[in-house]
Amino acid sequence: MDERKVRESATFPPHVIAEIQRAASEGLYYIRGSGAKRAVPTFDDLVFLGASISRYPLEGYREKCDTNVTIGTRYAKKPIELKIPITIAGMSFGALGANAKQALGHGASAMGTSTTTGDGGMTEEEREASSLLVYQYLPSRYGMEPDQLRKADAIEVVAGQGAKPGGGGMLLGQKITDRVAQMRTLPKGIDQRSACRHPDWTGPDDLEIKIQELREITDWEKPIYVKVGATRTKFDTMLAVKAGADAIVIDGMQGGTAATQTCFIEDVGIPTLPAVRQAVEALKELDMHREVQLIVSGGIRTGGDVAKALALGADAVSIGMASLMALNCNAPIYEEDYHALGTRPGSCHHCHTGKCPVGITTQDPELEKRLDPELGAQRVRNYLATLTLECQTLARACGKSHVHNLEPEDMVALTMEAAAMARVPLAGTDWIPGWS
Amino acid sequence: MNTLDLERMAVRDVNQRLHDDAAGTNTDQQYEILNPMGRHAIAVGLNHPFDVTVRGHAGYYCGSMNKEATVTIEGNAGVGVAENIMSGTVHVTGYASQSAAATGHGGLVVIDGDASARCGISMKGVDIVVGGSVGHMSAFMAQSGNLVVCGDAGESFGDSIYEAQLFVRGSVESLGADCVEKEMRPEHVERVRGLLERAGIDADPAAFRRYGSARQLYNFKIGNIGYY
Repeated sequence: MDERKVRESATFPPHVIAEIQRAASEGLYYIRGSGAKRAVPTFDDLVFLGASISRYPLEGYREKCDTNVTIGTRYAKKPIELKIPITIAGMSFGALGANAKQALGHGASAMGTSTTTGDGGMTEEEREASSLLVYQYLPSRYGMEPDQLRKADAIEVVAGQGAKPGGGGMLLGQKITDRVAQMRTLPKGIDQRSACRHPDWTGPDDLEIKIQELREITDWEKPIYVKVGATRTKFDTMLAVKAGADAIVIDGMQGGTAATQTCFIEDVGIPTLPAVRQAVEALKELDMHREVQLIVSGGIRTGGDVAKALALGADAVSIGMASLMALNCNAPIYEEDYHALGTRPGSCHHCHTGKCPVGITTQDPELEKRLDPELGAQRVRNYLATLTLECQTLARACGKSHVHNLEPEDMVALTMEAAAMARVPLAGTDWIPGWS
Repeated sequence: MNTLDLERMAVRDVNQRLHDDAAGTNTDQQYEILNPMGRHAIAVGLNHPFDVTVRGHAGYYCGSMNKEATVTIEGNAGVGVAENIMSGTVHVTGYASQSAAATGHGGLVVIDGDASARCGISMKGVDIVVGGSVGHMSAFMAQSGNLVVCGDAGESFGDSIYEAQLFVRGSVESLGADCVEKEMRPEHVERVRGLLERAGIDADPAAFRRYGSARQLYNFKIGNIGYY
């Protein structure tokens, strides 16, 4: 055979053919974990303009560059003080095992930042491990208890998630153990579906009343965040602000999930890059930028990503998938178990199966043993420290004494798409497609 | 009796007083809240066995997330009355709007009149007794607890239900996905009798029919594709 004559179809590459044939065989959508695998414009498509003559840099390792941020300055009696602008995103006990939740909590606490609960409520281990814990108020209300609201440091009303805007969550039966079932008041072993919308409010006017209720229950102490999956980001941000949120969490389409339909993961939502810019525009139009804090998530991996999100106007970022990778998600260990799942390290998205080879997204006690919570906490701490150092060093290079002083003017785009989405000039030009 | 007048106090002050008193030494456990005038979030987040009477109509989420307290609304209640109740009792002497007792984990919710759509949505252990009828999609995704309807139930009753038990004396316009009528055995009659007694509603428990989950949609499979 002459290999040169063998050509893959761009329309039907092998993974598409495989999915068509899987669909033909099973007759159901594919449900999986992790985030979008398709390429989208990202922060990689932006670069900083380090200072030289026209700007004055700060000394890389000596001069001060602060990283602290306060969330909840608008209404909350007790705003959250974070030492770094990087938080851990909401991931449920159920989706994750207890060791993973503990490791994230201790690691984040060591860096002076917050973690977030998820569907199913708050576990005691999680509360104990996390010096700052954000309590998610989700449509399913699984495990929702007012005492937990009162124990939390902040409340996040979840209206959507980047991996599945408009869709509800899922937790497949193999992960519904006795403890998870008891926490969620569900039969053991069922394929649990979380509702896509809240059971007792339906629009922005109702959201305002819902926020009032949550504030009344907690005596106006806790910052209240509103989280949305990035879609109509400008409108959603404006409506959440008008409803009274202290902080907005925008989760771009690269955000991960424990389980949902692939068509949601790949085909719904907009990338984080344009979402940040749209949210900041909305806040500025309302004169609420920095008054209502903006937290951005979905595909944040490096200190460069953190710095670029902040430069576009975010107050903080939130990381989910990357924090799991810090815990060894997709690491080249226990490779035979990856193979048994039909995958390999680096490509695994089998969070939904409960058979996580590295003991993170599982309720199996034997697999969970593979994640030592103390070592995991150290890895999370190290990773957060690295992101922070990278972000600081980039900020100093741009002459900034606080990471929040980074601004869009400090960046240019390498592609027309990124220039248009982030609304910064294409490198070497003054051109912002669709704008100038 | 402690009197809290919403013409003279803000909702914030009323709730703060109730929360502070729960943690304090006030021996008078009786409260009346005057002039609610449809205000939202009245008497929410109580966690003490107070006896609170709201004298008039309440707005959204009255008595929500209640623990231990007995809250009586002498009038109608807005959306989400007794939302996520944990224990205690919330009693509406009039009618209730949508999503009454939504996601309630425990306790008892009594509505003397009708309840609108989505009564008992995602209920997780609460007992609900409705003297009148309930609107469409009531007991949607109901996980646990009991819903007793002395009147009729609207369309798609008990859609996607889990393990909650539903009892209706009148007609059911239609049942939702995976909700089926089940045999009303003696233990169910006794259960309804007990709930009606606790609710103070006079009705014959043997006149009710029972509905619950067929448990056919508990796992994703191609055989259920018509429901997706």
